Amino acid sequence: MKSNFDRILSSDDVMRRRATFLQRIHLDGPLLILLLTLAAGSLFVLYSASGKNWDLLIKQATSFGIGLVAMVTIAQLEPRFMARWVPILYVIGVMLLVVVDVMGHNAMGATRWINIPGVIRFQPSEFLKIIMPATIAWYLSKRTLPPHLKHVVLSLGLIGVPFILIVRQPDLGTSLLILASGTFVLFMAGLRWRWIISVVAAAVPVAVAMWFFIMHDYQKQRILTFLDPESDPLGTGWNIIQSKAAIGSGGVFGKGWLLGTQSHLDFLPESHTDFIIAVLGEEFGLVGICALLVIYLMLIGRGLVITAQAQTLFGKLLAGSLTMTFFVYVFVNIGMVSGLLPVVGVPLPFISYGGTSLVTLLSAFGVLMSIHTHRKWIAQV
Amino acid sequence: MSQPIRLKDHEKDARLVRSRVVVGAVAVVVLVCVLVARLYFLQVIQYDYHSTLSENNRVHVQPIPPSRGLIYDRNGVVIADNRPSFSLSMTRERSGDWATVLDTIVQILELTPDDRIIFEKRMKQGRRPFEPVPILFELSEEQIARIAVNQFRLPGVEVVAQLVRHYPQGPHFAHSVGYVGRIAEKELKSLDSVNYSGTHHIGKTGIERFYEDDLHGQVGYEEVETNARGRVLRVLKRTDPVPGKDIVLSLDIKLQEAAEAALDGRRGAIVAMDPTTGEVLAMVSAPSFDPNLFVTGISFKAYAELRDSIDRPLFNRVLRGLYPPGSTIKPAVAIAGLDSGVINASTRVFDPGYYMLPNYDHKYRNWNRTGDGYVDLDTAIMRSNDTYFYDLAHKLGIDRLSSYLNKFGVGQKVSLDMFEESPGLMPSRDWKRITRRQAWFPGETLILGIGQGYMQATPLQLAQATTLVANKGVWNRPHLAKTINGSPPVDSNPMPDIVLRDPSSWDKVNHGMQQVMHGARGTARKAAIGAQYRIAGKSGTAQVVAIKQGEKYDRSKVQERHRDHALFVGFAPADNPKIAVAVMVENGESGSGVAAPVVRQVMDAWLLGPDGLLKPQYASSANPEAAAREE
Repeated sequence: MKSNFDRILSSDDVMRRRATFLQRIHLDGPLLILLLTLAAGSLFVLYSASGKNWDLLIKQATSFGIGLVAMVTIAQLEPRFMARWVPILYVIGVMLLVVVDVMGHNAMGATRWINIPGVIRFQPSEFLKIIMPATIAWYLSKRTLPPHLKHVVLSLGLIGVPFILIVRQPDLGTSLLILASGTFVLFMAGLRWRWIISVVAAAVPVAVAMWFFIMHDYQKQRILTFLDPESDPLGTGWNIIQSKAAIGSGGVFGKGWLLGTQSHLDFLPESHTDFIIAVLGEEFGLVGICALLVIYLMLIGRGLVITAQAQTLFGKLLAGSLTMTFFVYVFVNIGMVSGLLPVVGVPLPFISYGGTSLVTLLSAFGVLMSIHTHRKWIAQV
Repeated sequence: MSQPIRLKDHEKDARLVRSRVVVGAVAVVVLVCVLVARLYFLQVIQYDYHSTLSENNRVHVQPIPPSRGLIYDRNGVVIADNRPSFSLSMTRERSGDWATVLDTIVQILELTPDDRIIFEKRMKQGRRPFEPVPILFELSEEQIARIAVNQFRLPGVEVVAQLVRHYPQGPHFAHSVGYVGRIAEKELKSLDSVNYSGTHHIGKTGIERFYEDDLHGQVGYEEVETNARGRVLRVLKRTDPVPGKDIVLSLDIKLQEAAEAALDGRRGAIVAMDPTTGEVLAMVSAPSFDPNLFVTGISFKAYAELRDSIDRPLFNRVLRGLYPPGSTIKPAVAIAGLDSGVINASTRVFDPGYYMLPNYDHKYRNWNRTGDGYVDLDTAIMRSNDTYFYDLAHKLGIDRLSSYLNKFGVGQKVSLDMFEESPGLMPSRDWKRITRRQAWFPGETLILGIGQGYMQATPLQLAQATTLVANKGVWNRPHLAKTINGSPPVDSNPMPDIVLRDPSSWDKVNHGMQQVMHGARGTARKAAIGAQYRIAGKSGTAQVVAIKQGEKYDRSKVQERHRDHALFVGFAPADNPKIAVAVMVENGESGSGVAAPVVRQVMDAWLLGPDGLLKPQYASSANPEAAAREE
């Protein structure tokens, strides 16, 4: 006679539950559908924003393809395997940043690139956008939660080294994103509220010190221009004035695809990169931007679900941080283009033109998918 | 009992993270609401405002270029001013097919295809969207009328009044003041794009370039409302530009003209300085050119003519002409000898007409083949005796010689505010090892002693070295700007004064230089005949073609362009120096015969009053009669 235990074990809805095709290749359906939707929408907006430039579209589509390959590849790696390699990758990343600092290739007035002609050319800071939260997640997942002060301080040290190196490049936008991605891990790990509040209170004098000792003139100028764009209408303020006019003139329903006047008459600088949301706002109106925000919210929602369902602490912390950092991208970009935040050079994820950021973002989603699809089924009973 | 094992409480961790996920989700939703609220504000509440702004492209921000600072000579005569001028400008975005519009302009104004190429180049340099690009300057009345009549065929084309740089003195100051020209693509990258947003010209050479930041000023801007065709209807807001600073030069236009006249059409360079201040009083590089040609864009043909002319009018001989200083360097070498103690004023050397190094059979010749017999320092300078200075250079050695001459400014940039200056060359052991990978030979030291060999100096450096002898080693970098907006230029990198162990050495060399002019056997005594004041001077010859050992320089055999350059340096009044002059006459051959009279004329023009007598303020403070008595 079969025991009850035997019956449960042999029940096919647990051990023999058929994994779907997507699960077997370690991809997450909802995320994939949302990402493909964004990619399609991006090409649509980009076609208009770039002035019907097919070459640009093909480049963007190619980058998206490369990003998908990176995403699928990363999704195959087990989170445990990642955790094993993260500390080494962190050390390599920091060393590359030091190399850039010492003898980096000069691009666009700032030193951000590692360039081995004919072999590879990339920004180590992009690499750290994923390695940074993974490192902190790896470190904290071995400690008890909520983290002790000593572990918090050590984590902040791990965040601080690459942060300072990237600030020195100088690339304020990226360094703030990396700072955010590291601190979100601490937040997810249950950093005590009273510490959070006291740090926020202490940030004010630190900000004052940064203003006087660390910031470059062009960064100060950006902040001053943000506070009063009118003060520099010929320079940085021009972007904000024009992007606000573009978004505002879109109204509720927009002027229609390819009919935006601001972007098409070249009023709007960088209309296909950091300021692309202005084109979207002008041509598709409030409705268009809200639709985009809904897609972003669904992506973030899915990311938070993955966070909650992750089985390992490393997975939870990493997934939570990557999701929240993704939101920071969205918020900072739209906030800056609509004149709420300073111009810090953060692209709009998946919509702005630019291969590097696409590949990085898709890699991050590859990590999320890996965390979600490598769960042990037994634990879900 | 085993010790209690501290287990990680996975369930507790998961609860903790889950609660943070909830907090994060709430934050995300709140912040998205903030964004939506902001967009609602822009797109719904302010919709009317923004759609007016954008849909008709009515409001533009237009930069207002500051007016460029003026440049005056020391007496207040204008050297560079700004003249209103009508130019034709075109806004690419309003012209539709702008290439066709260009064709129409060329046809209406009956211009050449060359002009069209220039227009096209200028159009491609347009920077900000909707910014009008000036393509043709200095329109005549007739051209303006033709444009007006055909306006309907020329969308986006306008006649605009602008201030354009003008040099009323023409070629007189082309090499010192320089000129402005249109901003080139390359320059655009290194410029402050905001401050230059309304500016089309930038200093290219000379004072115009060196003091570009001061002369330019700060851009202003205005927000204007335009109609759909781009015409300004009204100004909404205006911030005035800050005009550039005015510069008063130390140059004197009368002295400049006198110096040019003294050259009498020959090619050459003249620098006249006030030795007490370092102010440059006249700076001539002849032939010159008209800087106005460059302001509004010179035609290919006119430029090719200037560039390819055998007389090289574009070449700044004062600042970039490199010549072996020849015997003009002897006073500085004499100072080096006296101060280092290898000679004193009464040291005598026997001159048989040549000098030979011990153990070498090469004869280093004196210019006077018969020799001057026993010579002391005074005679050596007066007669420009080469043998004496071969011997002196040999005693000094290359290291001491080059270190002393460096103090006189040879081999380095000496000026304070001259952009193109060449450093020249003062050779040394290290220099030769690095550049030629060879050891230093003693013979090379000898010819340095008479200013030949590797040594190269600009006429400005010669003037400065002479000035240093005149004012006993006090360094003031030569400068052209007397004041910028009323304040004198500041030397951020001053040279140390030359301090001698025995300051009377200066007087000994000074005396020798006076003998050149006033001594019975002085080499340039003819140039000083009838002078109202004592002159200290030194002639020199810069070889153009090397003469082989044993060969004789024969002027009839040497082509005119291969003849030696004549050099002369001097200062006056000798006991109270008020002007120091260096002159180089290209292919002039004789320093004392050709260049010295030029120096004399420049000094006369500066020092003598209209009555032909020394101006009272330049009279020697010590004993005014002494100068007259020694006439």
